[in-house]
Amino acid sequence: MLEIINLHARVGDKQILNGISLQVRVGEVHAIMGPNGSGKSTLAQVLAGHPAYEVTAGQATFQGRDLLDLEPEERARAGLFLAFQYPVEIPGVSNAYFLRAALNEIRKARGQEELDPIDFMDLAEEKLKLVEWGPDILSRAVNAGFSGGEKKRNEILQMAVLEPTLAILDETDSGLDIDALRIVAEGVNRLRRPDNATVVVTHYQRLLNYIVPDFVHVIAAGRIVRSGGRELALELEAKGYEWLTEAVPA
Amino acid sequence: MSPSPESSVESLVNREYQYGFVTDIESESLPPGLNEDVVRTISAKKQEPAWMTEWRLKAYRRWLEMKEPHHWANVSYPVIDYQKIIYYSAPRTAKPLGSLAEVDPELLRTYEKLGIPLSEQKLFAGVAVDAIFDSVSVATTFKETLRKQGIVFCSMNEAIREHPDLVQAYLGSVVPPNDNFFAALNAAVFSDGSFVYIPKGVRCPMELSTYFRINTADTGQFERTLIVADEGATVSYLEGCTAPKRDTNQLHAAVVELVALRGATIKYSTVQNWYAGDAEGKGGIYNFVTKRGKCAGDDSKISWTQVETGSAITWKYPSVILQGDRSVGEFYSVAVVNGKQQADTGTKMIHVGRDTRSTIVSKGISAGQGNNSYRGLVKVLGRASGARNYTQCDSMLIGNRCGAHTFPYIDVQNPTAAVEHEASTSKIGEDQIFYLKQRGLNTENAISMIVNGFCKEVFKELPMEFAVEAQKLLGVSLEGSVG
Repeated sequence: MLEIINLHARVGDKQILNGISLQVRVGEVHAIMGPNGSGKSTLAQVLAGHPAYEVTAGQATFQGRDLLDLEPEERARAGLFLAFQYPVEIPGVSNAYFLRAALNEIRKARGQEELDPIDFMDLAEEKLKLVEWGPDILSRAVNAGFSGGEKKRNEILQMAVLEPTLAILDETDSGLDIDALRIVAEGVNRLRRPDNATVVVTHYQRLLNYIVPDFVHVIAAGRIVRSGGRELALELEAKGYEWLTEAVPA
Repeated sequence: MSPSPESSVESLVNREYQYGFVTDIESESLPPGLNEDVVRTISAKKQEPAWMTEWRLKAYRRWLEMKEPHHWANVSYPVIDYQKIIYYSAPRTAKPLGSLAEVDPELLRTYEKLGIPLSEQKLFAGVAVDAIFDSVSVATTFKETLRKQGIVFCSMNEAIREHPDLVQAYLGSVVPPNDNFFAALNAAVFSDGSFVYIPKGVRCPMELSTYFRINTADTGQFERTLIVADEGATVSYLEGCTAPKRDTNQLHAAVVELVALRGATIKYSTVQNWYAGDAEGKGGIYNFVTKRGKCAGDDSKISWTQVETGSAITWKYPSVILQGDRSVGEFYSVAVVNGKQQADTGTKMIHVGRDTRSTIVSKGISAGQGNNSYRGLVKVLGRASGARNYTQCDSMLIGNRCGAHTFPYIDVQNPTAAVEHEASTSKIGEDQIFYLKQRGLNTENAISMIVNGFCKEVFKELPMEFAVEAQKLLGVSLEGSVG
């Protein structure tokens, strides 16, 4: 589904990714781990097409299409979803309006009919259950005045509504208390299907107790320095990152 | 590479001005220039009674003694030569008070092209229109329907002849001819405008609206609107304006007076889309307008809502004098400047009566090299015990070359008054745009959504028909009713 080959990227003059290669197939859950500043969030942003990052070498294909050639909205319409580490506030725009506009863009791209507000509300109410929320949240402005936990939950609600084929969760666990973590993780798990895939970017092993990955990759200095199964995450929890990153030149 | 937020907003706001065409119609114009004879000629052309001619001449003589208010507004423009302006221009075929069937088909086509069909069957149900072309009213729709309820909705010219008692009682009662330079000029040379009278206890059954169109080159448009809501009456009034693209600046110096008697409510909404000039700042309308309402009676209410997107320069402060006890004044404004546009706009709330309340919500959006100033006065006089004001002033900047300024003036002479002022300035963020794009929206829709959210408190005050107009103007899609 997603194939990344030798990806290099920088922001300004600062080279951050130094040759990432990764393959994600349908039905899989990959965890990307690494210390702060290793480039794991940059990888997520580059895949989503953030304009501040410049790809200097390498390729990425998504469902056979050249991902790097697509505008961010085209990537979204093709089924790529990024749950933001820092979700952005859009004052004055209600969650319902925003979600319906986004969903209809994606439905149009899939060749489906747009949903009118009534049909959309039926769908949204169903999806709200997944994050254990009432309908009130739909009339609030997008992320405006939300607590850190609410913002993350709102990302999962969006993911539930948009039903991406590839979801990238960027540090979705950071800033969550244990109850919010459980709600968010259960939401993600229930959205797993044999025909979609998930990439979880995280600093801590904690989230992986809830969202169990098929593969774990460790990034350091912009490269994947180790890949393994679930047990690699547990090993990292016991030993820290240093034993893997020391060997890599900065 | 995706376009930067600046460039995409510019392309959004810089979309070709759709209303810049010129109607090819024979018009009758006075030669440029202003003197007492011109004032007398305008009055004569309008077949006005002597008292009206005198009223104009008095205003003209006061105007001669006044100075153009060049010094305090945060706008700059070359000196206006008032002897080069044409003060009267009318389509030659326009007959006073003709039925729609008599209106020149070329004029009907013009309004049709502007999206304002004047045939009553084609109109939005529930909106009556007075169409003003250069200096005269060419048609007023639904007059008969309204007359059955005692409502008067006609051109000012007709009102002076048919309802002299009402006009004499209220004309100049809120904006006296000597109020300011442009108001005096308007009083001397105004050629038409709309007149509305809603009798006691009547709730006007439809939106009343005036559509202003400047066509002839080098003409000034000086219209005068007077709306009187008698005791317990309610009316909602809409105003829209466009002009052809021309290289020279044209002056629009209008006066609007609102009078709300005891328990009456007047809601006045404007979507202003005069030609703004080209990207280099050449041409465009100078929109120097005096708008003021008087809550003359107890428990009356006046509400101004404006969406200002056009004009090279906007100089305008729709105000409310809160004379009656417990009267309410409101001002909701969205002002957008782009290119080299300049806007100095805001409001004045003058609290005279007890327990009067006013609300001011101003949203300024600056893009390109536009310069946007909010200027507001909240004045509480000694007698106005328990007066309350809330002011919220938000500015949004798009790009690095535009400006936003806030000039609040507060003058409180009663210790029991409470005046609140909040202000904020924000920049439209690349992160906001990226977030929305990541959810499938293109850049244009993303910016529309952000700007729409920013303006929401004002847009929700607009009547439905006008909300659509505002949406077209800003390229902003309005929020659905759900949510």
